[in-house]
Amino acid sequence: MKKISKDKLPQLWDRLAQQATLYLPVEEDGVVNFAPWKEGAAVNLDVINTVVPPKQMVLPQSENYLHFRVDGGKLDLEPVDVDGPYVIFGARPCDVAAIAIIDKLFLDEPCDTLYKERREKGTIISLGCNEPEETCFCTAFELEPAFSPDADVSAWDMGEYLLWKAQGEKGEALTKKMEDLLEDAGADAEKAVESLRNNVASKEAAATKEYGWNAQGVKDALEDKFDSEIWDKLYRRCLGCGVCTYICPTCHCFDVQDFSRGQEGLRFRCWDSCMFGDFTLMAHGENPRPTQKERVRQRFMHKLLYYPSNFDVYACVGCGRCVRKCPVSIDITQVIKEVGGVK
Amino acid sequence: MAVINPLLPQVAKIVDIKQETPNIKTYRVVSPDGGKPFEHIPGQCAMISVPPVGEALFSITSSPTQQEYMEFSIVKTGSVTDFLHEIEPEFEIGIRGPYGNGFPIDMFKGKDILFIGGGIGLAPLRSLINYCLDTRDDFGKIDIVYGARTPDDMIQKEEIFKVWPKAPNTEVHLTVDNEWEGWEGRVGFVPQCVEEICFAPDNRIAVTCGPPIMIKFVLQGLEKLGFTPEQIITTLELRMKCGVGKCGRCNIGDKYVCKDGPVFTYAELLNLPPEY
Repeated sequence: MKKISKDKLPQLWDRLAQQATLYLPVEEDGVVNFAPWKEGAAVNLDVINTVVPPKQMVLPQSENYLHFRVDGGKLDLEPVDVDGPYVIFGARPCDVAAIAIIDKLFLDEPCDTLYKERREKGTIISLGCNEPEETCFCTAFELEPAFSPDADVSAWDMGEYLLWKAQGEKGEALTKKMEDLLEDAGADAEKAVESLRNNVASKEAAATKEYGWNAQGVKDALEDKFDSEIWDKLYRRCLGCGVCTYICPTCHCFDVQDFSRGQEGLRFRCWDSCMFGDFTLMAHGENPRPTQKERVRQRFMHKLLYYPSNFDVYACVGCGRCVRKCPVSIDITQVIKEVGGVK
Repeated sequence: MAVINPLLPQVAKIVDIKQETPNIKTYRVVSPDGGKPFEHIPGQCAMISVPPVGEALFSITSSPTQQEYMEFSIVKTGSVTDFLHEIEPEFEIGIRGPYGNGFPIDMFKGKDILFIGGGIGLAPLRSLINYCLDTRDDFGKIDIVYGARTPDDMIQKEEIFKVWPKAPNTEVHLTVDNEWEGWEGRVGFVPQCVEEICFAPDNRIAVTCGPPIMIKFVLQGLEKLGFTPEQIITTLELRMKCGVGKCGRCNIGDKYVCKDGPVFTYAELLNLPPEY
């Protein structure tokens, strides 16, 4: 285990930014989001959830992948290169878990090589949470707020300094390059981390206990809820704005579109949302999900039943972003409670 | 060889376009160097690109036994298909695939096969019909029930009227929805036709594709005739963008139509939520 004093962090970020694009939580106009590091950036390591999760680094909101040129009846197609290496600094464990969850889909056969290439170019330094937010419920999905097994480096905020632990090859390699900025953390560091982990996890578990459910029963409870009247009630207030899906760290559905100017153009994929009516609208006018009811149901069923059926993991990490941002207070924890996912 | 991004199309050339009905054309597609863009099995699909308009998924209507080219029958019904209906032969398009599971051909071997198609629904069936006729000895009797609103709305007229009826141990039963001047064949909807001919379910597989309302009544009719859900096969269509089970829009429950389908037995469909 290593440590780095907080006043040395800008030096560390400079160094990281020399070899890769460095993304970290930056505050701008009162909003904290992952943004590229530049000197003087208002880095905020206190905020728990950035508005947009760092999934945008592995699955960009919009990503060009094909250049085309049309000339009369002639067509030229050229793949677009994926951007260079990048480092994500300060990703919260739930958001790192979310990336590991969508890895399962994108890397499953047939492998999405565009995703794979970008994913492999990234190194993730997680930052454990010291306090859960009011809307956090990651422990309900058996995740730890202050530990990320999937990150390349785990970091913890100890007040004056950060503790730093490499996990796996990528993390070791990065740590080696930063060696002169890192100090040995000493014998007590492991213990300090353990007590921080336990402390935060139990605080959050206590706070979420009142939900009255845990992950185990949710999938089973949903098996026979396709025709449940809960969807009839729930969808009526949904505005179909799609914010729940855009700010969700596991939502990964995308659209493919072409952009052109004159004879040349780019094909790109971009985030899409199952909350939108045209998501499943077919060219001849039929729509298997004709109203908001089917779309709201799809979102919860996908996260809590279909995804675990296919990949053995829930597509929810309990970050609470959708709970906070939904303009009509549709709350996934309430939905789980209502469908009967209670222990 | 490096694994290629499954979203990247390759260039292909349209070498022939045939007007089938007022709003359906059949396109013959080859690689720029000739030959098929890729191999497929009956029932699989391909994503066709016409930049900058976009991409759409179509079933491959030619049989894999056709070595020279690939064919697609396409209804003019959206931005990509509107564009395709304007172009002339020699036009280059993007193509990627094949996608989907295709028909479970092994399951058909040694059995009688009943094809039931309506309108453009013949397109995916045609790939399998021609495959079966080209490997005739592997299968028992072949019956093809095909209907359209009017005789003018029937596709592949050369095959349905001339080629298929002459194939060994093969019968073609054509029907139109309403009386039509000059039409001397059957009149009535496809499901009605299936029930009237009263196909026996013994050692027979039924394969159907057509408008959802037709499929619904065909399924009911076949059940009445004694077909089990395991003996009935259909192929579905939903909106798709990636074709490889990633983009998240063609799922029915935990199955993706592009990857786990588009071919399902009726028994499999009964186990899925009714969202198609």
